[in-house]
Amino acid sequence: MNMIKYKPVTTICPFCGVGCNLELHIKDNFIYKVTAPFDSVVNKGNLCVKGRFGYDFIYNKRRILNPLIRKTPQKSGARSQAFNLEEWQEVSWDEALDYTAKRLVEIYQRDGSNAMAVYCCAKATNEDNYLLQKLFRALFRSNNVDHCTRLCHAGSVVALQKAIGSSAMSNTAAEIMETDVFIITGSNTTETHPIISIQMKAAIEKNGAKLIVVDPRRIEMVNYATLWLAEKPGSDVAVFSGMAHVIIKENLYNKEFIDTRTENFQNFSKAMEKFTPEYVESITGVEKDKIIQAARLYANAKRGAIYWALGISQSTHGTDNAHSLINLALLTGHVGRYGTGLNPLRGQNNVQGASDAGAMPWHYPGYQEVDDEQSASIFEEAWNIEPGGLNREKGLTTTEILSNAHPGGVRSLYIMGENPMMTEPNLNAAHKHMQELEFVVCQDLFINESGAYADVFLPATTFAEKDGTFTNTDRRVQRVRKAIEPLGNSRPDWEIICDLARRIEKLLGRPNSAYWDYSHPEEIMDEFGKVVPSYQGIKYSRIEKTGLQTPVLDENHPGTPFLYAESFPIGKAKFFPLDFKTIDEEADTDFPLILNTGRVLEHWHGGTLTRNSWLDDLYSQAVVEINPVDAETYNIKNLDVVKVQSRRGEVVLRANVNQKTIPGVVFMPFHFAEAAANFLTNDALDPEALIPEFKACAVKIEKVTEDQLPTKQPYQPRGRY
Amino acid sequence: MTDTVKLKINQQEIECDKDLTILQAAKSVGVTIPTICYHDHCTSNALCRICVVEVKGARTLVASCVAKVSEGMEVETYNERVNRSRKTILEMMLSTSDLSQSPELLEMASEYGANNDRFGDAERRSPSLIDDNSMFVRDYEKCILCWRCVQVCAEDAQYAFAINFKGRGYHTQISTFYEKPLPESSCVFCGQCIGVCPTEALKPKRQWLLELGYESDQIMQMTRNERNKKTKKPQTSSVVK
Repeated sequence: MNMIKYKPVTTICPFCGVGCNLELHIKDNFIYKVTAPFDSVVNKGNLCVKGRFGYDFIYNKRRILNPLIRKTPQKSGARSQAFNLEEWQEVSWDEALDYTAKRLVEIYQRDGSNAMAVYCCAKATNEDNYLLQKLFRALFRSNNVDHCTRLCHAGSVVALQKAIGSSAMSNTAAEIMETDVFIITGSNTTETHPIISIQMKAAIEKNGAKLIVVDPRRIEMVNYATLWLAEKPGSDVAVFSGMAHVIIKENLYNKEFIDTRTENFQNFSKAMEKFTPEYVESITGVEKDKIIQAARLYANAKRGAIYWALGISQSTHGTDNAHSLINLALLTGHVGRYGTGLNPLRGQNNVQGASDAGAMPWHYPGYQEVDDEQSASIFEEAWNIEPGGLNREKGLTTTEILSNAHPGGVRSLYIMGENPMMTEPNLNAAHKHMQELEFVVCQDLFINESGAYADVFLPATTFAEKDGTFTNTDRRVQRVRKAIEPLGNSRPDWEIICDLARRIEKLLGRPNSAYWDYSHPEEIMDEFGKVVPSYQGIKYSRIEKTGLQTPVLDENHPGTPFLYAESFPIGKAKFFPLDFKTIDEEADTDFPLILNTGRVLEHWHGGTLTRNSWLDDLYSQAVVEINPVDAETYNIKNLDVVKVQSRRGEVVLRANVNQKTIPGVVFMPFHFAEAAANFLTNDALDPEALIPEFKACAVKIEKVTEDQLPTKQPYQPRGRY
Repeated sequence: MTDTVKLKINQQEIECDKDLTILQAAKSVGVTIPTICYHDHCTSNALCRICVVEVKGARTLVASCVAKVSEGMEVETYNERVNRSRKTILEMMLSTSDLSQSPELLEMASEYGANNDRFGDAERRSPSLIDDNSMFVRDYEKCILCWRCVQVCAEDAQYAFAINFKGRGYHTQISTFYEKPLPESSCVFCGQCIGVCPTEALKPKRQWLLELGYESDQIMQMTRNERNKKTKKPQTSSVVK
């Protein structure tokens, strides 16, 4: 049979923050192939396994295509999970939305705005997120609005905001091709940002760039590195302060940059005195010579750049970790120029956009603070709210929302597309909190571990069935296009939110409407641009072919490939003197190993999408990676079934004995519900960013029998690194 | 030293950057030279030879995808010798490979008057389709050995180095090392190879199943075992190991 060739639909990949451009090839509403345009500035014809093959979740038979209400009413304290469709009643959209509106309004009118909370979604569009936070702020007057950025880059965001006044990636990823020295730390780039990693490899192999990897794991990029600083988990501040010490001592810093663009150098310099290479070696395990070499290499670069991800931020001192990187860039002046920069690689396809859209408890859209009178009045005007109507109190963060789920605290939770029952730390505690809620709404594609707790399930469409925009990791706002008709009775998130908001507004009897009568997401973006200056110039007509990088200040503004050329948003950037802090839960005799968690190439976060995709065939079960030295100590052979236990929980899975982790550290991916790493992780928080310490907790490991393995899938060997 | 050179392409005088290939120089003045193995985003290797042109004074025809322009060069992008050469290349391809899903190549063949039966008694390459994972299938009966897949798997994009040529001469075929199934090779399933394959020899599994006549619903109801079904490789004794 010959395929009829239709013109493919161009859109944006829904997986990671790189924001690859896709071409969807469709026959009879079925996407059978994905290619990438070779002229795309982001991915230049390249894709990773998820972008190329991972879209089949759209058609998975488990996808929910009708609104559902739980047959047995759920009560606070006795809420249970319902994965089986038998436990749900299919209802009409009217019935589902009327019921949802009624229950939410009841709780709001009884317990007030503090009882309301929402998880927005870094996978949904800017428009969807803008509307959902608008619904909770304008109608329920609640700032309990957050999303997975809290579990992701909150430490980086807080540090960048304090030190330079803006938290996005400073430069464009493609500039790596002209960088001569770069640091990757806390990012397993080949697995988590595959397309950026191939640009990094090309920069090294073709253009001779030098790479310094600072990571407790021997990640694939180490194969391309000039230096690998195999630090102990959580010792980042010491490593980077050690580098700063060397740069100051050897007079390799950029005096002119420090004098004209920064402040607080003297105090910082003094705080760095104690971080001698000898001292740093003693606490980080990194040989002092490597610290000296790394410092010289980075400081002497013409264009030095730092790329980091969650290994830095997911820590009880994640903010300090990020400060230690910012300090290095300020010290050497490797920021504000092409090919340099402070580049936090954002995880989700639209985590930058969801944050820009105000899906955060302390900020309105555009990082305008909720406790600032002037910002509040901007939004009161934009949303037809009486002066003083909006809540001036900072809301609760993702983790706080759940831990406040008790009578007198949060009573209802609206979850759009997130799966906290996989992605929260210390899942046993998180489940208990979830069970305390009085009313839970889930708007998603599948009944995942969180949706199973819901009273109402609202079936949303996938990225391929709706219009909108995603903002990628280098701040590029790109157009997501409806390529196929929505399956079953699923509806785009923005439509669901607007329909629900109108019902809530009516029940509340508000005199003025905050406005929900959009006919197309384009109109939502126009409203968004009016209240967020950096999106003012974003118009759908301007981003049809190529996205624009924010800030885009007006309709003629060309966008901003790299930031801070002239000045920092707060004027002079600030050095932060730092001290070394240990991880919250160190290894001891009872729990002698440190567990590190992260992602693998074939899967995505909580697994809602990729565990429901054929991608699962490539990587169908969790494994714990353990160094041969530790494997011998605990008598574990490759592929043995083991139990990993922490003070909070235990999981059973296969062991993979290899040298990717250093002795004393084991690694688990967190995608697999049947062996969820987050049952083990520690919910201790960074005091400023309130991000949990996902990356390090104490565990013990023991061999158990094969029949204890929760999955019956045969093990799929993978030959890749 | 000047950065441009003057040359003639099909009697037309042009001046262009000295670093251009003849193919690029021709394109810059609107002269199209046919290509098959060449791809804008891959390193040119002059494998298929379809882009050959005649350069005055050169003993043989020159592959324009790699040959640089030079001062005073006189190029003919088509003439009897060039066209005959292209026709023969296409006839050899037709005799060995299944081009049924390569409309551009078939069109080119008819444009050059290539005769399907020119090498009628030639041995066709007909290796069995390799179906060893649920992402994509490899049907090397359609492969013309353009090498793009190997290049993008290596330094042209992915740095995965999962595939290369195996065998010699006529028996050359793209393969993983030791013919390992793809999941056990260093393949990361990025599918860059599918993106550059000119003959549909590499095809996403769901597209392939659709073409076999399965309905989309049937495809999505397949169990893990069904979609992962391994197709046994036949023992081709003629393959030089």
